[in-house]
This record gives sequence, C-alpha cells and structure tokens, in this order.
Amino acid sequence: MKSLEELRAIREKMQGKVGMRSEDSGQIRVIVGMATCGIASGARPVLNVLSDEVQKRGLSNVIVTQTGCIGLCQYEPIVEVLEPGKEKVTYVKMNVDKALEVLEQHLVRGHVLGKYTLNETSL
Amino acid sequence: MTEISLNILDVAENSIRAEASLVEISVEVDVDTNRMIIVIKDDGCGMSPEQTSRVEDPFFTTRTTRKVGLGIPFFKMAALGTGGDFSITSRVNEGTLVQAEFVLDHIDRMPLGDISGTIYTLIHFHPDTDFCYRYRYNDREFVLDTRQMREILGGIPLDTPEVAEYIREYLTENKADVDGGAII
Repeated sequence: MKSLEELRAIREKMQGKVGMRSEDSGQIRVIVGMATCGIASGARPVLNVLSDEVQKRGLSNVIVTQTGCIGLCQYEPIVEVLEPGKEKVTYVKMNVDKALEVLEQHLVRGHVLGKYTLNETSL
Repeated sequence: MTEISLNILDVAENSIRAEASLVEISVEVDVDTNRMIIVIKDDGCGMSPEQTSRVEDPFFTTRTTRKVGLGIPFFKMAALGTGGDFSITSRVNEGTLVQAEFVLDHIDRMPLGDISGTIYTLIHFHPDTDFCYRYRYNDREFVLDTRQMREILGGIPLDTPEVAEYIREYLTENKADVDGGAII
C-alpha cells in the first residue's frame, strides 16, 4: 500500500517552490468536451494525454481544461484551441494519437492541423 | 459507454456542475454475493422531487446545447441490464445520491474499466472540489480522501505535477494491492 507519508515528503521538497502560474497574455487554452457525449466517445484518454504531455514537455504557456457539452455531439471527442488574437480552432473526432499530433504541430509549432478541424471535415 | 468507470465519471461531473464541494464515490466488489455496488454522493444543489423523477428520462435535460440527457439513463440501463438495481435520491440544497448495483457475473455487465483513470481525471481537473473515493474488493479496501491530502500539503495544489503523479500512483498501486490485479 502506498502511504500518505510520501505525500509529506513531497511537501517538504516542494515547500517554497510553488509559484503562481503566470496568466500572461500569450496563454493558449486547450478545452476538451467532457459531457456524456464526449466521455462516451473517448474524451477521457484524450484529456489525460494532452494534460500529461503538456506537463512532460513543460509547455508553460498551455493550459488544458475541460468543459461540458459543446453542442456537436456527433463530432466528439472535441478539442478546442483558443489563442489570444486568433480565431478558435475546433478539432473533431479526436483520439489519443490525433491529440498528440495536434499537440506537436499546433501547440508546439503553431501550425493548425487542417485535416482534423471542424471546417475541413465534411459535415 | 464502454466501461462502468466512464458512467461514474459522467455522473460525478453532474455533481460538480451542481456545485458540490465534496463528492463521495465508492466502488465495492463482492465476489461471494456476486455484486458490484457503485455509490456517488454529493453535497451539491440537489434536485426537486419533480426533477429527480424526470432525470431517468432520456428526453429530459436542463442543458440548452442539446435536447437529450443520457448520463443517468445510460448508467441505469447498464445496471438493470445485469439484473441489478438503480436508484437516485435528491434533496434541494442538500445533495444527490446515486446508487447502482450490478450482478458481477452477468454476461451483459460491462467491465469496470479504468476506474483509477476516472478518479484521477476528476481530482486533477477539479482542483477546487474535494473527493472521497473508496475502493473495496471482498474484504480489502483503500480510501483516497483529498481533504486529508490537502491538510498534509498545506497550500500546495493537488494539480501540481509532483502531487498529480503521486495521486496517480496512489490510485493504481493501492487498487492492485486491494484486488490483486483481478480483472473486473
């Protein structure tokens, strides 16, 4: 059994190191739909992989959050990318692999991945 | 839904939308009685008797983005389809209690799935809500209570990377200790 003692050790180690996350203007917000429609079509692993990978790569300008139903249930899992001063990009029918591709191309390199966006998908 | 743990995630999200400050989730597997019992209890805004009686109806929803609400109907269907039981009780300003009982060895029982992933997701993406999670397999159990963790951590948030990693390991390691890696 893993005990709470380890958590005490983490606190000792972290004390004083925790700074407030800076809310600077270049912040990119990544939003994953997590209502019944999103969850049923696989949003949980998409949300977790995005958040883990952002953490692992130390992308401090990216915040991954979740929301409820976006209203396009048939296109779930949906990932929205909001960048200040740019139009919102909506990626549809995501899975873990596509999400990692979006992270690599869009969040890291700044290229919108047209083949997965709502606008490019035949409705 | 393909896993019971996804139903749990979905229903617990309702608790958070109901502005619960504490969500209690319990998963109990008992091989002898052939039952898996899931309880999700919150102290959110609750529902009126009229609303409560309608949430099991797929064509009732309070949202405006679509016309159906399938969260509770899915969960209920999954439980009743195994010959189990389902109930939801609620009181305005007090909270809501959802209980689902599954017959463990029924051919139509969905797998529990990644329950540790569900609990991790809830804690990580709702750092302001407290969760008390209990996982029991036969006579062994473990508990994760974020109130207790917060007390130890002082002001360090639960979604800090080091803490998040600890929570993930706590969930997976303790689950394996409790159920011995049984496939549920």
